[in-house]
Amino acid sequence: MATVQDLPQIRGVKDIPLEEFYTSGHRTCQGCESALVMRLMIKAAGQRTIVLGSTGCMYVANTTYYSTPWVVPWMHTQLGSAGSAAIGTAAGLSSMMRKGKMQDEPINVIAFCGDGGGVDMGLSAISAALQHQEYNLLIVCYDNESYANTDIQVSGSTPWGANTTFSPPGKETRIMNTKWKKNMAPMMAVGHPDMKYVATACASYGLDFNNKVRRALTVGGPTFLHCFDPCPKGWDYDPKYSHELGMLAIETGLWIQYEITDGELILNGPSRAIAKGIRKRKPVEEYLMRQGRFAHFLPEDIKYFQERVDEQWEKWWIPGLVPITPGQDDA
Amino acid sequence: MATVQSGLYQEAKEELISGSEAVGIACALADVDVITAYPIRPYDTVMQYVSRLKADGAFDCDFIVAESEHSQFEIVKHASAVGARTFSGSSGVGWFYAFEAITVTAGLRMPVVAMVGNRALDDPGAFGVEHNDAMAVRDLGWHLYWVATAQEALDMALMAWRVAEDPRVLLPFALSCDGSFLTHSQAIVQVPSQDQVKKFLPPYTRGELQLHPNNPITIAPQVNEDWLMEIRRQTDEAMRRTSAVIIEAYDEFKEIFGRGDPSPFIEEYMCEDAEIILVGMGTLAMPTRVAVRRMREAGKKVGFLRIKFFRPFATEEIQNALRGAKGVAVIDRDYSYGSPQYGGVLFHELRSALYPLEERPLMLNFIAGLGGREVKVTDVNDMVDTTQKAIDTGKIEQTTTWVSVRE
Repeated sequence: MATVQDLPQIRGVKDIPLEEFYTSGHRTCQGCESALVMRLMIKAAGQRTIVLGSTGCMYVANTTYYSTPWVVPWMHTQLGSAGSAAIGTAAGLSSMMRKGKMQDEPINVIAFCGDGGGVDMGLSAISAALQHQEYNLLIVCYDNESYANTDIQVSGSTPWGANTTFSPPGKETRIMNTKWKKNMAPMMAVGHPDMKYVATACASYGLDFNNKVRRALTVGGPTFLHCFDPCPKGWDYDPKYSHELGMLAIETGLWIQYEITDGELILNGPSRAIAKGIRKRKPVEEYLMRQGRFAHFLPEDIKYFQERVDEQWEKWWIPGLVPITPGQDDA
Repeated sequence: MATVQSGLYQEAKEELISGSEAVGIACALADVDVITAYPIRPYDTVMQYVSRLKADGAFDCDFIVAESEHSQFEIVKHASAVGARTFSGSSGVGWFYAFEAITVTAGLRMPVVAMVGNRALDDPGAFGVEHNDAMAVRDLGWHLYWVATAQEALDMALMAWRVAEDPRVLLPFALSCDGSFLTHSQAIVQVPSQDQVKKFLPPYTRGELQLHPNNPITIAPQVNEDWLMEIRRQTDEAMRRTSAVIIEAYDEFKEIFGRGDPSPFIEEYMCEDAEIILVGMGTLAMPTRVAVRRMREAGKKVGFLRIKFFRPFATEEIQNALRGAKGVAVIDRDYSYGSPQYGGVLFHELRSALYPLEERPLMLNFIAGLGGREVKVTDVNDMVDTTQKAIDTGKIEQTTTWVSVRE
């Protein structure tokens, strides 16, 4: 698999392919953004694709025996194995094609994981996969900010203070989750110098998402895409607001849309406008107070949250990406 | 199809090699597509050898150094799903680190072949051989074979792909090789030619089970209580079918390569007319055979039964081999804490296999050689003496004895 498929960038909504490769049969919740991620992901990738799905919502709710929604070949992988599944599939294809045991053609390999499977348990295998320059593969982390399939438990990607079944606000302790969300995509970008493409995305911006999948699949080598997925069940809001919450997270500056190609960073959409000073960030409170998981927040909690977001825009070396500031030069 | 490029194995030849090297050569001869490695003693010597073969251009495979044993086994599982021939391996706690992946490999019916360089399960740290590591897959649907010599390691590795990949079977295969005694000890091995191996080992083809855009199937969806029992039953049927496939393959193996035992499942050494039969697995065979031969020379009717396939367990053959004996002494290089009468795993399996016999021999259990401690000829003599005493008195004073242990 030396070559990649010809997947041109989609110029407008009217050019988006009509074919669906993720269809009926899934049992995801109403308003599930992760299901939309699946649909847009495979629409962009096309039919000559193998998809590997690690344990999580997009396995359990999606793939019931005898009613699979996947038109393309699909295989389950273990919770922490998105990286290994991608390597194994790509290596098997590559080896057999090289030895003439299988017809030589570019086949997309995409492995997805949730935040539990990616940001927590699968971190080491994803990191290993992103070092394998000889294989073309894409890891998609659909981040709905909790172990949403198993009853909404806190993950390393859950926001500070959020109410989950493992971090419920109680009589004594209001804030049970005292960890700040892991900075996953930059960690992947900074930690794997040879990797050609890392991006963040959100299905609220569908065309942008489609094109990021295509860039990831055509740049060559291993790539990583981190999607921000509002989850009505886990975040406790009316399912009709999924799309809007995705936009609000970006407009408040909490989630930042960007892509890093060959080490070059470009911010996209509202994030770009915020960085350029064209657009002002909305207060984080507007985003937080729309969700039941933050309903226990006191003004001081909202203030703290806002300060942390301000900090990532105003104090970080690369705003929103690198939480480091240059030290004082002694000389 | 690609073959070994350098022509190293165009002709059959003799080589002085270790058990690990023998399995490495088998990988090259079998034209394995994807191999995953992660360092842990003592199995890793096979991967050192494979990486050298690849570096020298003698073997074309995707050799992947994973970042953990878990990933090692997940990678070959997925490579197997798209139709690649695979090999991996581990030892001791490394094998246990991979256990989730090992479990689903059998559940998904992926014919991965793995070498287990048997090692004690630390803590406390110990590099030496114990069988508890490989034993842990006994209930999962893996073939489980215990090797005694470097020659057998090479031969059974070839058998492993042939049997595991058979469309009637499609179950993974663990080749258990005693740490140090087999992985690191050299012996003269007959290395077959590439042509012989090609004749014996057909290409791995998954057919309608192959994960490929030309065959867009969904593998391992959620089945829950609706279908799980039926799927478990299919795996059970595959494991029941494999015995006949093993016999068929072994007969052909003997014809093509000109060597092999009468049975693929067990090896009987001086068991005919034996009153006491020792039973064990792996490299224990060496001191035990020597002891048996000497006792025979002294007129004592003893024999040794080596269990080769632990899964599938050749119940009937083993019953037939042991039914005439007055006493059976089972040597376990493993242990099961808190098990019935505090015995070893092999002992429990054998006692269960012999229970349906109308006349059952007296059965004693000897826990020996844990952590790689040497099992000496004199130890074996003591086991026979203890068993003889039980036969003479008609009474088992102590079912399980720990051999040469400091009390």
